[in-house]
Amino acid sequence: MAMEPQENYVLRTVEERGVRLVRLWFTDVLGQHKSVAIPPAELEKVFEEGLQFDGSSIDGFSRVQESDVLARPDARTFELLPWARDDEPSSLMFCDIEQLDGSPFAGDPRQVLRRNINTALEAGFTFFVAPEIEFFYLKDNDTTTPLEPVDNASYFDLTTTDVSSDIRKTTQHMLEALSIPVEYSFHEDAPGQQEIDLQYTEALAMADSIMTFRLVVKKIAMERGVHATFMPKPLDGVQGSGMHTHMSLWRGEENAFHDPDSEYGLSEVGRQFIAGTLRHAREITAVTNQLINSYKRLNDGLEAPRWVSWARNNQSTLVRVPVVKANKPNATRIEYRAIDPACNPYLAYAVILAAGMKGITEGYELQPETTVNLFDRKAAAEAGVATLPRSLDEALKEMENSELLKEALGDHIFEWFLRNRRAEWERYSRHVTQFELDRYLTQW
Amino acid sequence: MTTVLVYSDASANLAKVLDIGNFSWKAIDDVAAAGEFEPVKGWDGAVITVNDDTPEIAFGLARTLRGREEAETKILLLVSADALPELGDHTDLFDEFCLTPFHPAELEARLDLMLSRNEGGETDAIITYGPLSLNVETYQAMIDGKALDLTYMEYELLRYLASQPGKVFSREVLLSEVWGYDYYGGARTVDVHIRRLRAKMGEEHANLISTVRSVGYRFGQARWT
Repeated sequence: MAMEPQENYVLRTVEERGVRLVRLWFTDVLGQHKSVAIPPAELEKVFEEGLQFDGSSIDGFSRVQESDVLARPDARTFELLPWARDDEPSSLMFCDIEQLDGSPFAGDPRQVLRRNINTALEAGFTFFVAPEIEFFYLKDNDTTTPLEPVDNASYFDLTTTDVSSDIRKTTQHMLEALSIPVEYSFHEDAPGQQEIDLQYTEALAMADSIMTFRLVVKKIAMERGVHATFMPKPLDGVQGSGMHTHMSLWRGEENAFHDPDSEYGLSEVGRQFIAGTLRHAREITAVTNQLINSYKRLNDGLEAPRWVSWARNNQSTLVRVPVVKANKPNATRIEYRAIDPACNPYLAYAVILAAGMKGITEGYELQPETTVNLFDRKAAAEAGVATLPRSLDEALKEMENSELLKEALGDHIFEWFLRNRRAEWERYSRHVTQFELDRYLTQW
Repeated sequence: MTTVLVYSDASANLAKVLDIGNFSWKAIDDVAAAGEFEPVKGWDGAVITVNDDTPEIAFGLARTLRGREEAETKILLLVSADALPELGDHTDLFDEFCLTPFHPAELEARLDLMLSRNEGGETDAIITYGPLSLNVETYQAMIDGKALDLTYMEYELLRYLASQPGKVFSREVLLSEVWGYDYYGGARTVDVHIRRLRAKMGEEHANLISTVRSVGYRFGQARWT
């Protein structure tokens, strides 16, 4: 079989640079990073035939009968690892997972996102996203003592005590060496909390980038003796970590969300996309916020959205439509604010895209903009807006009945995800927490 | 050094293009002198002006150069819009043409393109510009002598831009030439990859690729603005 030019590029580069190991990356259904390394001598064969492995020990890959699957490296994602030693060059490629007959494997999140992207493409749209990823630097990951952030700095602080800015800078250089340009990076509100905003790109490439991002952030932190965590809500009393994502659909050269003649410059397509995400928000939350802990962030009454609503300049809504400068129509976009950084980015972007596209194909009507501050519970109740699920349990109940999710994720992932998350919730329900001991043991 | 014969246009504009292109060139105003100044290995290229009234002189010179066995001379014709129809009958006599009055950057790009075409020599596998060098045989890029780690599309984009320095490309052209029309990312994909390339080249070299407002991108300096 003839090699594709990008595969020739990889083979030649591996040879020229003396690459010793080629790491093949993929993710399980919950978005945990998986890696298998092959020697360069195997690479040509793997390009031709794929790498066969037993998928039964990967979360969400197991099936009743045939458990072997193929990892098929995507040569366009090839990168040299910037942290490899000079005398031991190493490289990475993301993989698609296929069945032995070469058809897409239904348990592969990357294929799920690609399928949803292709559906949007058939309607003429390309999906661009730009996440703002928050996370914490903690002194260690010892959970038997109270967690300690690395600093006491706050929003945009630049002080000599901000040790995290140095780690962040190294991280940023490493990301850029891996084709992940950074838009902004700064200290967030809470002690030890950071935010790094990535420059927009097409959604599949971005989901790959987020996987790499989480690895790089943790790795650089670890080298400095610090523990980085994407857990949505690690500390009581301060805000949790979100992954607000800016999104837009493009029709060739044109931003399909922009229409200079419409209200706020937001096109019909843009309004319908928002309407789709809002109408299906409760169903997709289990995927965008998949941990029990995710709901501690959504419930904290601090910065996270609680209400299914939209507005232009209101940080308390689920969807925000940033006001765009008149001379920058291409910047027209929406910001979906519920997602947290402990999601599977492939699945999270797949379900949001599916919800938005549903709004477009069905011509959903957009509800009025929210003008009250929804962090004020009373005002929100009066405005009559729905809330996001308050727990993983509630989110799973919404998901169970969702035709949209079943279609977007495919039966395999839909069923496995529900089963796995339901089991997690059951374990949690039986667990006696410190909170209960503190409050009840002596009182009763 | 590449040798170029110039017939009848001894303008300062043309001289500037040839000097900047680092060519060794000789202008003649009598076709008979072509042989007299010819280097031992023959002319590498010729820039021949087609006179509106007497086009046959230019074609005659081209035919002479084409007929020589010693060397294969690449021929670029400078032609006015009025004389353009003449070219149709003489397609075997030139490799490239440029309308007069020519834009210096265009002529330069066309000359570079013509003279680098079909040459299998080892030196042609290397594209160099300032601190950047690209080996198109091995797909390796260096900047300041240090290897540049690129993805396949970043490499292809850089190679395409760097092979025609100074020329401005629109996003659509880059998309169709580098990605092929079937790529689904749309023209915005070009912007994304330019940003990645600049980030990888580092702050001090990021300006090797400049954004030309409402047009597209250019590699290297625009020499004529």
